[in-house]
Amino acid sequence: MTSTPTPTATAPQADFSDITRSDATLRRFLHGLPGVDQVGAEARAAALGTRSIKTTAKDYAIDLAIRMVDLTTLEGQDTHGKVRALAAKAMHPDPADPSCPMTAAVCVYPDMVATAKEVLGTSGVNVAAVATAFPSGRAALDIKLADTQDAVEAGADEIDMVIDRGAFLSGRYKAVFDEIVAVREACGDAHLKVIFETGELQTYDNVRRASWLAMMAGGHFIKTSTGKVQPAATLPVTLVMLEAVRDFREATGQMIGVKPAGGIRTTKDAIKYLVMVNEVAGQDWLDPDWFRFGASTLLNDLLMQRTKMTTGRYSGPDYFTLD
Amino acid sequence: MSSPFEYAPAPESRSIVDIKPSYGLFINGEFVDGHGKAFKTISPSTEEVLSEVAEADEADVDAAVKAARRAYTRVWSKMPGRERAKYLYRIARIIQERGRELAVLESIDNGKPIKESRDVDVPTVAAHFFYYAGWADKLEYSGFGNGNPQPLGVAGQVIPWNFPLLMLAWKIAPALACGNTVVLKPAETTPLTALLFAEICQQADLPPGVVNIVTGAGETGRALVSHPDVNKVAFTGSTDVGRAIAKAVAGSAKKVTLELGGKAANIVFDDAPIDQAVEGIVNGIFFNQGHVCCAGSRLLVQESVADEVLERLKRRMSTLRVGDPLDKNTDIGAINSAEQLARIRELSDIGEAEGAGRWSPACDLPSNGFWFPPTLFTGVTQAHRIAREEIFGPVLSVLTFRTPSEAIEKANNTPYGLSAGVWTDKGSLILHMANQLRAGVVWANTFNKFDPTSPFGGYKESGYGREGGRHGLEAYLK
Repeated sequence: MTSTPTPTATAPQADFSDITRSDATLRRFLHGLPGVDQVGAEARAAALGTRSIKTTAKDYAIDLAIRMVDLTTLEGQDTHGKVRALAAKAMHPDPADPSCPMTAAVCVYPDMVATAKEVLGTSGVNVAAVATAFPSGRAALDIKLADTQDAVEAGADEIDMVIDRGAFLSGRYKAVFDEIVAVREACGDAHLKVIFETGELQTYDNVRRASWLAMMAGGHFIKTSTGKVQPAATLPVTLVMLEAVRDFREATGQMIGVKPAGGIRTTKDAIKYLVMVNEVAGQDWLDPDWFRFGASTLLNDLLMQRTKMTTGRYSGPDYFTLD
Repeated sequence: MSSPFEYAPAPESRSIVDIKPSYGLFINGEFVDGHGKAFKTISPSTEEVLSEVAEADEADVDAAVKAARRAYTRVWSKMPGRERAKYLYRIARIIQERGRELAVLESIDNGKPIKESRDVDVPTVAAHFFYYAGWADKLEYSGFGNGNPQPLGVAGQVIPWNFPLLMLAWKIAPALACGNTVVLKPAETTPLTALLFAEICQQADLPPGVVNIVTGAGETGRALVSHPDVNKVAFTGSTDVGRAIAKAVAGSAKKVTLELGGKAANIVFDDAPIDQAVEGIVNGIFFNQGHVCCAGSRLLVQESVADEVLERLKRRMSTLRVGDPLDKNTDIGAINSAEQLARIRELSDIGEAEGAGRWSPACDLPSNGFWFPPTLFTGVTQAHRIAREEIFGPVLSVLTFRTPSEAIEKANNTPYGLSAGVWTDKGSLILHMANQLRAGVVWANTFNKFDPTSPFGGYKESGYGREGGRHGLEAYLK
């Protein structure tokens, strides 16, 4: 059973007004964060990737990963039928095995939210919608806000927004910050995931700065990628983001979620991410409320490995539904 | 501390290794019985007896040196460099092929985690043989020996227990590449991989006598370095023994290289990439249980970030997994011997008695074997013994500084000078520090990285001469 992420109610909302006053104050703060050494960060990510996960730990990890999946379809060719099928799969990933957990959410374009919601009802699987002129984010603010409201009114529980990478890269941090604040406002009760498109931000220093910017602006989740730009999610990028949410909690008491998206296709990869969550951010983040996978093909590999764990045998792809 | 994500044990299988109940000495291409009393080698993680190993006495050492001399004059020194290279390449390839076997045996005999023997030691061993194989036919371009470099003759080599196979490679590969023959004595607590290497020499059809391996303790080593027909002595180990060796060979024509102790400073500036610096501190002191002569055992951290670094370091140390060296998820294995454990305990107790703050993460240590938790000491000053003496264990002393010049002064204020580390985002500061630090190796934004192409060696009581790289050839050429 997946619940909607709840911001830690006990922690007082941190006050960043001095930092977020202007581009200059934001720049001073963001550029004052400890740098990220590329070689070191990649080496650490690679080292965590060599943890050997067997039997009981693997059992646990596979079910947890399934519960963390935001089952996603973000194609121009999406139809209502396709989204209905996807939503049905999110509720019953493995129809042959009722013990198989549900995914966290179904992630679709705003015009598909109502369709997904209709199928999912009160199942507990959330509907996430990408909004704000996804994936490029190149539209006027009122259009982005309208896009967001549209999705929320259609029943979206979660909004995945993209940041304005052009503004970020040209140092207009205040514009990015204000936009996130405005979208968060437009979200109402829906939870906001802020997508950085880390493949376009290029450096780990930028990833760390974007993480802090989004966290200070009130994002509930920080997310690596749209899935439309290569490279999408990578282990080192996720490492830097996990360090950021860990440090943010240390500083403010608030927990922020992390969602790598794009390119995570195998159980083996998913487990590497979980190991990293466990050892970098800590076990508190080993929960669908605080960690998600944005993925479409990952689920079937998880199901195949799950069947292997229970039956001892591999079954072919035909034993699992397409979507 | 219990996490829902408790990794199940993932032990590497021992069945790939065939440990014989007893081993002889490897002389002239064959295993022969030693004249001394056989001694036992145990697994430090379980105290289980692994095998009996022959002890070489003076007569055995003499036989080994004679075999090496014969091989030197009749075969090896006359062989063209490109032919010697073929043997070295062959050895390197066999090491790769038998890499898992070597890694498992190393972890059993030494106590180091399989993760390190498999991912660091063995690949670097193979890389050393490959690298020096490449030099064997290019020695006249090395810049040594006036354009016509010649080998020295028979090399007597004594190596320590912390990296049994890697130190063997550091010693044997350049010696053989240059046309010398060798008699090598591995440490008495970790002889097994050297004996497996002897089998690899047989498998590679290395001419008999080119490599000889004599096992034993201090007496055997003494007999080897003082043997009159040894032309070159190479030693890695403690400064005390190094001093004794220097005395023993003084006045003779023997060439000597010594790689001795260290008390390296790992210097963290306030603009450092903190998360990676924390990784580097962990790798600097807890890699191989701190049994590393170039370990970053003194952390010098700028006062303005000291609290933050310490807090992060403690959190990171809490995730270190201590236990069975053969478990692929183990980060820290066993202390190599009871003697070494006693020394680590003694010095740690002294640190506490002198007023430094001792901290270790909560961790369950196995009941058998020799174990010491990762430990750090805060509030350490230059006057503390734990800041001056080499502990050779997973014990970190934390000191602070305020300015770069203070960092340099403190870092250099040690009888040793093997290595140092600098962590800062500022390139100019890295270069400035590297020029000022009196240490053979200075790592920038990393620590404990080894590569066959990069020379290694220390100042002051850390020894003399270089190993590795082109510089490493000099010690084996005239």
